[in-house]
Amino acid sequence: MNDRIEKRVELKAPISRVWRALTDYREFGEWFRVKLDGPFVKGQVSRGQITYPGYEHLKWEAVVQKMEPERLFSFTWPHPKSLDKAEYAPGDHSKDPTTVVEFRLEKTATGTLLVLTESGFENIPGDSRLEAFRRNEGGWAEQIKNIERYVAKAA
Amino acid sequence: MLQKQRRSLAATGGAHAPVFAALGDETRLALVRKLSGGRPHSISQLTEGTKLTRQAITKHLRVLERVGIVHSVHAGRESLFEFDPTPIEKMREYLNFVSEQWDQALIRLKSFIED
Repeated sequence: MNDRIEKRVELKAPISRVWRALTDYREFGEWFRVKLDGPFVKGQVSRGQITYPGYEHLKWEAVVQKMEPERLFSFTWPHPKSLDKAEYAPGDHSKDPTTVVEFRLEKTATGTLLVLTESGFENIPGDSRLEAFRRNEGGWAEQIKNIERYVAKAA
Repeated sequence: MLQKQRRSLAATGGAHAPVFAALGDETRLALVRKLSGGRPHSISQLTEGTKLTRQAITKHLRVLERVGIVHSVHAGRESLFEFDPTPIEKMREYLNFVSEQWDQALIRLKSFIED
C-alpha cells in the first residue's frame, strides 16, 4: 500500500476499442481534453495544449513509457509547481516532480476492465510511511485515517 | 468542489512533493509521531530513546521545518519543536483533487467509448 491513485472502470466495449481510445492521440485528446501535436511513440515526449475549460493555458507534456498493445499504456507526467494562470511557466517541466500514469486493460465477460493508476507522488522507497501513520496515536490520528481511507479506497 | 477552489488547489500542485519526501524517512516519521500528540518537545526529549546524536536529530527537524510540518518555538534558552498538520492536510487535499480529476476523465472516456 502506498500513495497512489487507482481507479477501476468496467467498459462495455471490446479491448481493441478501449486500446484505441487510449492510444490514438486524437481519441485520447477527445476525452482527456487535450489537443496533441502528434501520435504517442514509446520513449518519446508527447506535447500538446490542454483544452479543459479553465485550464486552456496549460501545455500538455508527457513521456510515453510503455505501449504493450491491448494490455498496458503508460507515461510519465510532470506536475508543474503551479497550474495557476498567473504563475504557470510554460516550457521546460523536466525538473518538476513526475508521476507515472498507467492504463492496464483486461478482457471481461462483458467487455473490458480498465485499471488506471497514478503513482510516484512520494518519490520515496518503501511503504514504511503509511505503516507509521497507522501506528500513530493522538490528535493527528484522525487526519491520518483520512489519508488511509483515501489510499485504501484506491487500493 | 467549486471550480475556484479546485483551481486554487491545483495551483499548489507540485509543491507537495517535498512534503512526501520529508516524510519518507523512518527517523523523521518517528519524530512526527512523537510530536503529533500536540505537545511541543525539546531536542533533548526528542533525542531520548534514540541512538542518534542531538546534531542528527536537529538536522532531521530542520528538514521537517523546511516543509512546514514542524515549527520551532522558543522557551527561554531552549528551542521547542511543535507539530503542524497543515502541509499533510494540504497534501491529502491535492491527492483528492488529482483523484477527482481522474474520476471525471474516466467518465468522459466511458461515454466516449460506449455512446
